Amino acid sequence: MPYIPLKENLSGITGLLDYRKDTALPIRELTQILLRGESTLTEGERELIAAVVSYGNECAFCTAAHSAAADLLLDNNTIAEKAKFEPDKAPVTGKMKALLTIARAVQKNGKLVTPVMIDEAKAQGATDMELHDTVLIAALFSLYNRYVDGLASVTPSDPAFYNRLAAILKDKGYMPSENRYADL
Amino acid sequence: MPHIDLPSEYPGIRSLFIYSPVTAKPLNDLVQTLMHDPGTSTLTPGERELIAAYTSSLNECKYCASTHGAIAKYQLNGNADIVQDILKKDINKAEVSDKLKALLHIAGKVQDSGKSVSSDDISKAKEQGATDREIHDTVLIAAAFCMFNRYVDGLATWTPDDAAVYDAIGEQRAREGYLTKPFVVKNPANKTV
Repeated sequence: MPYIPLKENLSGITGLLDYRKDTALPIRELTQILLRGESTLTEGERELIAAVVSYGNECAFCTAAHSAAADLLLDNNTIAEKAKFEPDKAPVTGKMKALLTIARAVQKNGKLVTPVMIDEAKAQGATDMELHDTVLIAALFSLYNRYVDGLASVTPSDPAFYNRLAAILKDKGYMPSENRYADL
Repeated sequence: MPHIDLPSEYPGIRSLFIYSPVTAKPLNDLVQTLMHDPGTSTLTPGERELIAAYTSSLNECKYCASTHGAIAKYQLNGNADIVQDILKKDINKAEVSDKLKALLHIAGKVQDSGKSVSSDDISKAKEQGATDREIHDTVLIAAAFCMFNRYVDGLATWTPDDAAVYDAIGEQRAREGYLTKPFVVKNPANKTV
């Protein structure tokens, strides 16, 4: 049961973003820019970073939601699975592997990102802006994961729930929208 | 040296705000309402800044800990002793209310992992008079600074050694809030032309 009164029909992060809307709005805007805005990383690649960081933080709700979103956007049900459990064998580009290594370091602590990791990513073709966005996405999900678990919000156990949520994230993005969660 | 090409005359997160104004906007809107606006929380701006300084100190993020410690000092009418105890992670010694001590304890758990917060931690904060909303705000501030700390250190931004720089930033942010322009700082790493 959540530590504070959240709407029963809004599980995980959705109830928290409803609980305090003045802070929810900039968090939603930042997420929309980072995961759906103009970028040389695909939306699927960016969701993959979110899934891998959430997995590192053991946040079941965010891991399931963003793995499902990555699956949908990458049109592939195995890449996110591999990226979480066997990152070295994940069928992603060399650049993405290097960026995911950086994201996993950021998840633990920003100081763990080394010049060697950065050089490897740059050698694989990563730009400064891609490095910036990777670090900020990993940092943002370090916020989300703590927000979701720190207040003990509800984590649905039905995998179909996360597929429905992923469809909303794909079709509507992250900004508030009319009857946003009607299909959840 | 920063991991990416950042403007060298701005330290810490300020260099990232100049580098990426599009993400700077929502980040500053978030801290303005979460940390500064007096009517948005029953925690005072000084109490909120102490939670940010404590979380940043636990994450060993010197730039954020020093900056938010300095902002807290100005928000607490210049009380540097409280700030020093918080930055040394000694919440029991700090002269703050028992409610804030219980909330700082929750913030410390959040810094480790959201899952570390126990129902016992929440009960203790409620016994000291913390409201649901104050508990929410504490968790979100601690979570937000786990983001800011990682952003600042993950890209190896410039962390000044001069305490006066943090004091000046703290004075500016306590007075103006988070939506005004950062000032230029002389970076000793820059060669004079």
